[in-house]
Amino acid sequence: MRRFLLQQLFRPHLIVIWLFLLSMPIWLTAVGGYYSLVTQVLILGLAATALNFLLGFTGVLSFGHAAYFGLGAYGCGLTIKYLAPSSTLGLLVGVVVGTVAAAIIGPLIVRLRGVYFAMVTIAFGQVFYFIVFRWNSVTGGDDGLGGFERHPIEVVGMTIDIAHNQMLFYYFSLLFFALAAGAMGILLASPMGRAQLAIRENERRARFLGLVIERHIWLAWVISCGVTSLAGALYALLNNFADPRLLYWAFSGELVIMTVLGGMRSFWGPLLGAALFVVLRDTISSHTENWMSFIGLFFVLVVLFFPRGILGMLRRKKEA
Amino acid sequence: MTQLILFNLLNGLIIGAFYALMALGLSLILNLSGVINFSHGGFLTLGGYLAFTIEPWVGFWGALLIAPVLTAALGCVIEPLLIRRLYGRDPLYSLLLTFGLAFIFEDLTRLTWGAQGLPLTVPAVLAQPLSPTLFFLTGYRLFMVAVVATAVIALFLVLRYTRLGLRIRAGTFDLETVSVLGVNIRVLRLMNFGLGIYLAGLAGVLAAGMLGLQPTLGGSLIMPSFVAIIVVGLGSLPGTLVGGLLIGTATGLTTIVFPSASEVVIYVIMGLVLMIRPRGLLGEEGRL
Repeated sequence: MRRFLLQQLFRPHLIVIWLFLLSMPIWLTAVGGYYSLVTQVLILGLAATALNFLLGFTGVLSFGHAAYFGLGAYGCGLTIKYLAPSSTLGLLVGVVVGTVAAAIIGPLIVRLRGVYFAMVTIAFGQVFYFIVFRWNSVTGGDDGLGGFERHPIEVVGMTIDIAHNQMLFYYFSLLFFALAAGAMGILLASPMGRAQLAIRENERRARFLGLVIERHIWLAWVISCGVTSLAGALYALLNNFADPRLLYWAFSGELVIMTVLGGMRSFWGPLLGAALFVVLRDTISSHTENWMSFIGLFFVLVVLFFPRGILGMLRRKKEA
Repeated sequence: MTQLILFNLLNGLIIGAFYALMALGLSLILNLSGVINFSHGGFLTLGGYLAFTIEPWVGFWGALLIAPVLTAALGCVIEPLLIRRLYGRDPLYSLLLTFGLAFIFEDLTRLTWGAQGLPLTVPAVLAQPLSPTLFFLTGYRLFMVAVVATAVIALFLVLRYTRLGLRIRAGTFDLETVSVLGVNIRVLRLMNFGLGIYLAGLAGVLAAGMLGLQPTLGGSLIMPSFVAIIVVGLGSLPGTLVGGLLIGTATGLTTIVFPSASEVVIYVIMGLVLMIRPRGLLGEEGRL
């Protein structure tokens, strides 16, 4: 088991990726980036990677992940605002809220497939959107939830000021990214992950081999939504704000397009897709007010010309 | 109190009629082509705005006839360009592409007609209340119900008695065999898409007369239409009609008791239905 873990952790491409992410502060400003942008990429990348855990590795079409991202964000924000001024407690509550919601919705959807699964996940996502949108007195309604700030954290007597030092908050996010991505990576290499792949490739055969499909899909769904809500909670900390549009179905679509753009069949594709998407949206929205049209056009173009995503295309070239 | 209940019940039924028109169009396309058309709401909004634009020339009645046809014509341009490429592919791609289209529609509507709400003028004959006691029962509301009923009956007659309808029903059942028997399924899918979009455009004109025009009009009507389809199960058109009315009525009645929950209640209904019958009330075991 230990040897297996070491093998998983020290593969060459992993070392390159982690060196790249860890060394970010050294070269970031030189290439014209800034912390809030890369931290945003990291957080959205985490959400997209979590979505891909379901979409790419289990073959289940979820179009409702925005809801759990938003629940994480609001869980975190409300905790800091009303309960206790602690960033870590906020994260914890955010994750619990998102995961519990997913665990409850889960049994209702695990028997559905394909378009039907997608429609039902979108529709259930809207429940949480409307609750946040309507419950003005607590959530701030349409204006969003403000009035809370991330606080410095205390670790063994030391104060780490993630509130004011943006670089430290980047590393704080990276730590959670690493933990969550590492956990998902290890799960995918474990028998559980193999079962997920089997379900994706041939569900009927997997069932005949004795896998309890519904239980596996439920578990993958809950893990995926749980990590997504972690990303949402981090997002609330990053912006010191939670927006109801984070729960809206349009944002679910954006998470899916990030995943598809990077490459659904690869673990790291979604992070790459998130990076491209965020940079693109940033660039477009600084040039034109009609960025929605361009994002829409981008959706269409990706579907027509890059359905396998960037990593998928590269891999195909290598094989050919 | 009775008035309040009647008012909300009627309101719910009318809203339900919109949902039903939308859901019928979505179902037609989904059943034959396997594509969930997320941009359906965009077509609906466009139908309303087109009616607003041509109304000064052709009047309300002319707009009611022409705007849905124009919308359907646009649908028949978009289908061969974009939608056709999605047939037979993973539903993921059809959702993403029509998502993108919905974004484009909303943004271009805002660019062309502005973000401000616009009213669609309704003829004076229809705008009056029918009686002083039932003040909310304007002629327009009754007229809308009549138009929706006519459209739905016409749709079912077309599906039942015309050659096109026969082919659509057969294609829903087994498209490959229909193709082998010599029917051009490209044209069939195009016509079917146009028919679905026509219904969206018609709903758009009617909705514009009641709710006023806003770029987000269609986006707010599409999700309940989804729920209507899910609640009764995919595949049955009469079921879809009932589902739309049911969802609308539930929304209307909840408004009396607990107004802020009126949007959430339909998802609660959906959850309850899925708990008991995962494939919807009328859905058959084994079908998608």
